[in-house]
Amino acid sequence: MSVLTWTYLLVGASFALYIGIAIWSRASHTRDFYVAGGGVSPLANGMATAADWMSAASFISMAGLISFMGRDGAVYLMGWTGGYVLLALLLAPYLRKFGKFTIPDFIGDRYYSDTARLVALVCAVFVSFTYVAGQMRGVGIVFSRFLEVDINLGVVIGMAIVFFYAVLGGMKGITYTQVAQYCVLIFAYMVPAIFISILLTGHTLPQLGFGGSLEGGGGFLLDKLDGLSTELGFAPYTNGQKPMIDVFCITAALMIGTAGLPHVIVRFFTVPKVRDARKSAGWALLFIAILYTTAPAVAAFARYNMIETINGSDGAGALYSEAPSWIKNWEKTKLIKWEDKNGDGRMFYAKDDRNEMTIDRDIMVLANPEIAKLPAWVIALVAAGGLAAALSTAAGLLLVISSSIAHDLMKKMVMPNITEKQELLYARLAAGIAVVIAGLLGIYPPAFVAQVVAFAFGLAAASFFPAIFLGIFDKRANMQGAITGMVVGIVFTASYIIYFKFVNPTAGADEWLFKISPEGIGFVGMLLNFAVTYTVSHLTAPPPEHIQHLVEDIRVPRGAGAATHH
Amino acid sequence: MSRERRQAYWVRNLGIVAKLLAIWFVVSYGFGILLADWLDNFKVFGFKLGFWFAQQGSIYVFVALIFVYVRIMNKLDKEFDVHED
Repeated sequence: MSVLTWTYLLVGASFALYIGIAIWSRASHTRDFYVAGGGVSPLANGMATAADWMSAASFISMAGLISFMGRDGAVYLMGWTGGYVLLALLLAPYLRKFGKFTIPDFIGDRYYSDTARLVALVCAVFVSFTYVAGQMRGVGIVFSRFLEVDINLGVVIGMAIVFFYAVLGGMKGITYTQVAQYCVLIFAYMVPAIFISILLTGHTLPQLGFGGSLEGGGGFLLDKLDGLSTELGFAPYTNGQKPMIDVFCITAALMIGTAGLPHVIVRFFTVPKVRDARKSAGWALLFIAILYTTAPAVAAFARYNMIETINGSDGAGALYSEAPSWIKNWEKTKLIKWEDKNGDGRMFYAKDDRNEMTIDRDIMVLANPEIAKLPAWVIALVAAGGLAAALSTAAGLLLVISSSIAHDLMKKMVMPNITEKQELLYARLAAGIAVVIAGLLGIYPPAFVAQVVAFAFGLAAASFFPAIFLGIFDKRANMQGAITGMVVGIVFTASYIIYFKFVNPTAGADEWLFKISPEGIGFVGMLLNFAVTYTVSHLTAPPPEHIQHLVEDIRVPRGAGAATHH
Repeated sequence: MSRERRQAYWVRNLGIVAKLLAIWFVVSYGFGILLADWLDNFKVFGFKLGFWFAQQGSIYVFVALIFVYVRIMNKLDKEFDVHED
């Protein structure tokens, strides 16, 4: 069977599975819609969280990004996993005990203020929309490359699928689809990685093959890569390039941002007990770690394979006329380009002026199976996996938007008297509208999509994390402190990012504050938020008695009822 | 549950969290970033040690830390009789 037939078959089968699950798990109450009825097992929630968290960026782009960054790619690996430790130890169990539906719920109640609720709500919606636009675009790209349909049609098909199970099933539908999506995506990621690891190093586990020696001599893979990189004018693969302070701040901003992302936090409202929330975070990180420890191995394998294929094993450049079919296939998509500058008919890849290739980093995962000459079904699997990763994340984000609007805005602030049925209707309506907006952002991507991702993490780190953390760990933290803290954190972080990304994008490290890039500034924003919240809280009146009791109550596990309205 | 006992539980809880987060900080920011260049002088298998912590080791430790936390907290909850069911 051809690659295209396999792709239609596997993608079709996975979509049928998601729709089947959606029909089976329809939501009938707001409790089902917002928190899946609160009865999800920790293991299932762990898998769902992993799929929710790992987006098109993790699946398609991350290994490629690391492949080109080498050592510095570690900021993503540590940043996007270490946050779960913070989440498990500092937030998840207490938020589960608190037992409401959303983050604005916690912030609004804990700081006894609708202003605080509104600030949290706006942040949650903004962060989620930024994120979801990228997912829809990812869906379109996978469709157009693997199924040979138009990008826009691909986005529409993706929207229809998400619409179906998110609007129908709410969190309940999303949770069980995400469990299936995790299985699809991790299988799709691991199969090519294991194949390539065996071919290249003889180790079955890519995590070991990463540090292993090359089949047929040549020493350790990483030493060989360092050598090749130096020869071609790149920095050695295992040496860092970024200033240490920037690496530190980016890692911290990504970690704390992860712990503060609303679509991740709400997943911990779906388990029955505090104990389950803790355990569930462990499962989630274990499932995520399987992909995240494989990705740097894939990055190194792919880089080695690519250099060997293009420059030839003798390093003189391979003849274009004899180039493997994947180079020509991917040239059509413009992800790889060859320009024969010296007219010798040979390709060459280097950092200096010998270079004749333009290579998009996404190709490292998407074309990996072809580069390693794997069978057609493995190539098709990558398409199904990429779609699973993008759709699962999109659905989780849409749910946050929908619950923020229906629950936090309508029910809690604008129309407190609506019945549960009406609230559910609003939730479905909001989810529907959010899907359409997300789709439009996918079809007409604003030019700055890539830049605004820094926003999502920076803002989550600078706004939610300190407010939630102090809400639990400092009884003295009050309304005045939290609101000023959040506003200062957001305004500082947003202005820094807007200035260096849009107003003055050519400014280099020398003009940055302490050499900290816009990606890492969320960490500084978070420190500011902490300092302001703490100081203002201690200068103004303490929170009312019942709030102090609330804080004491969430610190003890016993008595966590199901997540409810009141 | 008395106020003192509640307070005692909370202090123990904070101690556990602080110890685990210290390990979390040392393996990632310590071994993976601040001390990474020095650790790179040592080699394990084909990895330079600092590089390994940054791209592999820290993640394994993160996973272990959460499961250790779950175990310790379950025991603590029982000891203070605040566990669920």
